Amino acid sequence: MKHLHLTLIALFAVAATAQAQKLPSVSLKDLDGNTVNIAELAADGTPTIVCFWATWCSPCKRELNNYMDYYADWQDETGAKLIAVSIDDTRSQSRVAPYVMSSGWEYTVLLDPNKDLSRAMNVINVPHTFLINGEGEIVWSHNNYAEGDEEELEEELHKLVE
Amino acid sequence: MKKLALLILAFGTLFNVSAQEEKEPGVVSGNVSILWQSYQEDSLIGAVVPPSKTGMNAFSNLIYTQGNFSAGLRYESYLNSVLGFPGRFKGTGIGYRFARWADPEKGIDVTVGNFYEQFGNGVILRSYEERNLGLDNALDGIRVILNPIAGVQVKAVYGRQRLDFEDGLINGEGIIRCLNTELSINDLVPSLAEKKLKINPDASFVSKFQPGGNIIKEGLVLELPQNVGAWDIGTKLQYKRWQGGISYAKKINDPNADNGYIYKEGESLSYFLSGNVKRLNFLFQRSTTDNMSFRSDRDLLLFDAPINNIPAITVPHTYNLAATLYPYATVINGESSFRGELYYSLKRGSKLGGKYGTKMGLVFATAYSLDTTNLSGVDGIVDGYTRNSWGFGDSLNVQDLSFTIERKLSKTFKAKAMYMNLRFNTLATPVTTDYKGIVDANIFVLETQIKTKNKQSLRTEFQALVTGEDDGVKQDKGDWATVVAEYTWSPHWFVSVIDQYNYGNPDESKRVHYLYGAAGYINGPHRLSVGYGKRREGIFCVGGVCRAVPASNGFEVTLTSSF
Repeated sequence: MKHLHLTLIALFAVAATAQAQKLPSVSLKDLDGNTVNIAELAADGTPTIVCFWATWCSPCKRELNNYMDYYADWQDETGAKLIAVSIDDTRSQSRVAPYVMSSGWEYTVLLDPNKDLSRAMNVINVPHTFLINGEGEIVWSHNNYAEGDEEELEEELHKLVE
Repeated sequence: MKKLALLILAFGTLFNVSAQEEKEPGVVSGNVSILWQSYQEDSLIGAVVPPSKTGMNAFSNLIYTQGNFSAGLRYESYLNSVLGFPGRFKGTGIGYRFARWADPEKGIDVTVGNFYEQFGNGVILRSYEERNLGLDNALDGIRVILNPIAGVQVKAVYGRQRLDFEDGLINGEGIIRCLNTELSINDLVPSLAEKKLKINPDASFVSKFQPGGNIIKEGLVLELPQNVGAWDIGTKLQYKRWQGGISYAKKINDPNADNGYIYKEGESLSYFLSGNVKRLNFLFQRSTTDNMSFRSDRDLLLFDAPINNIPAITVPHTYNLAATLYPYATVINGESSFRGELYYSLKRGSKLGGKYGTKMGLVFATAYSLDTTNLSGVDGIVDGYTRNSWGFGDSLNVQDLSFTIERKLSKTFKAKAMYMNLRFNTLATPVTTDYKGIVDANIFVLETQIKTKNKQSLRTEFQALVTGEDDGVKQDKGDWATVVAEYTWSPHWFVSVIDQYNYGNPDESKRVHYLYGAAGYINGPHRLSVGYGKRREGIFCVGGVCRAVPASNGFEVTLTSSF
C-alpha cells in the first residue's frame, strides 16, 4: 500500500504542470488500407469530432447516422471534420466497410481493433465522443448517446469558431 | 512497485526538464469504473445471496503523457467481485503498469511492463482485455516496434502473460516470444505509390516456453514439448472499396488439455472478400481452424492464459433475445465455417425508399465440425485424428440467418424490424444444461423510436423467440418475449425498463418475468446509473465474448468517468 502511494505521488508530482489533454499520437488504418496518425490528421487548425463506435453497438450507429443530417452544415459553418473510430475486433472488423458504405457515411473511418487509441483516450465503453480544437486539444467529451445530443455538440462546435 | 514509482519519477523529472526547453508540459488523464451489486434471495429464479451480500468491481486507469513518453497504471478492486465474474479476480491492487517511449519520426516505439498486442487476425497472438467480462491476458515484458523504412514495420515481443489477480497481478509461468513483420508494398515500391491497388502482406512467429516432463497415455510414456512454435503468413489486397485477404497459420505439436494431449499439428486457413456494386455491399468469409488452441500453460482451459483468439463466425447481435440466449463461441479444437453478408440501401426520395431512404441487410453464418478420420492404435493415442480436407464435417455447430430492415418514416419516427432463424447445437457450444442437441429458434424484433419533444425520445423494442418442438414438447426453455422501453432527455437523463418473460417454458413454474428497471444521469464523460430487478441466469456478452452469469436479484449501481 505504501508503495502504491509512492507511485501515485510520483505520477502526480511529475504532472504538477498538467495542462489540456491532447489527442494522442496513435497510428491506425483507414478503410482504404492507409496508415494514418490521428494526431496529425486532427492538427490542421479546424475542429475535429472523434466518435468511438462498433458495428455491434446500436446507440453508436444511431449517433453517427443522426450526425449525417447535420454534417454538411457543421463542415460549412465550422470547418469541422468527423473521424469515426471503430473498436470492432477481428470478429466483426470485416463488417465495418460494408456497413459504412451502405449507411452513406462521409466520415473518415479508422480501425482500432487492438484498442490502442481507445485505451490512450481512456474510453471505457462506446459510444464516446470527443471534440478536439484546431490545436489538437480535447475540449469536450460525452459518453453514451441519446437523441438530441447533437445539439450540445453543435453548441460546443460553434464556441470553438467564435 | 517502489521501483516503478522511482522509474516514473526519474523519467518524469527528466522529461519535465527537457519539456521546459520545448515548453511541452506533461498531462495526466485517466478513467474510473465502479460496478456495485446487492443481492436478495429469489428461489423462483434461483438467485442466491453470497456470504458477502454485495459485490463490487472497480478499476481506475491513470496515464501520464509528456511528448513521446507515457507511463500508466491500472488500480483494480474486486471486493468481492460481482456474481458470475471469473474466480481469477480477487482483492485490490495494481493489475497493469507500463512505461512507453515512442518517437514516430525516428520510427521507434518501446514499451516495458504491461501491454496488449495482436498480430494479423489474432490467430496466433492476441492479448486483450474485456473488463466487463473479466477477460485479461495482458502481456508483461518488453515490446519493441520499429519502422526502419517507409512501408516496413517490425514488432518484437518478449513476455509472460496475466493469468490471475489476487491483490495484484499474477502472471502465468509460460514465456511468450514473438516476431511480426508487416509490409506495405505501395510504400516500398515507388512506382506503386499512387496505384489504387494496395498490397499489405504480413508474417508472424510466436513461440512459447513452458517446462515439460512426461505424460503417460494408455501405457505410452510421451515427452511433452517445452517449446511450441506457431507461425502465420497472409496478405490483404485492397482496390478502392473492394477488399480481399487470405491467411494461413500452423502450429507444431502442442499436447494440451483442450485437445486431449494429442501431438497432431494445428492449422488454420481463412480468406474473405468484401466490396460493393452500386448500392449493394457484400462480405464473404470462409475459415477452417484445426487444433489451434494455444495457451501459455498447456494444462489450463476456457479463459485462462490464451495466447491467441479465434473469433466466432456468427455476427455479434445487439437485441437481447438474439444476443444472450444462444450466443455462439468458436469450437476451439476445430471447425469449418462460412459467413455471407449483403446490405442494400434504397435511395432517399425514391418510390420504394421513401423520403429518408431504407436500409436492408441479410446475414448468413454457419459452422460445422471438421472433416476428419479418427486414428486407431498408437497413432490414435499420439495424434488422435487426421483431417481429410479443409471442407465441412457432418455435424452442425450453428446456423444463423437474419434479415433486418430499417426505415425513417418521418422526422420524428424511425422503425427497424428483424427476423432471425437460428439452429444452435448445444453440444458444440454448451450454453444450457436443459437441452442437448440442436435448438431451432425463430426470433422476431420490432424496434421503434419516437422523438416526443425537443431533445426527448422514447425507444421501444418488442422481441419474441419461439423454439421448435420435439414430440410436442418445446425445446430447451421454450418461448420468450422481451419488451424494452427507454426514455431519454438529452443530454443528461435516461430511464429504462426491460421485461424478459419466459412465457413458453415447458415447466410452468418457470414461466417467470425478469423485470429490471434503471435510471441514470450523464454529464459529459461521467455516467451514473442505478438499477433494480431480476437478472436472468444466462450468457452475458460484450463485443462477441461471452461468460455465464448466474441469476440474481437486487440493486446495481454503475459509475463510469474519464478525465
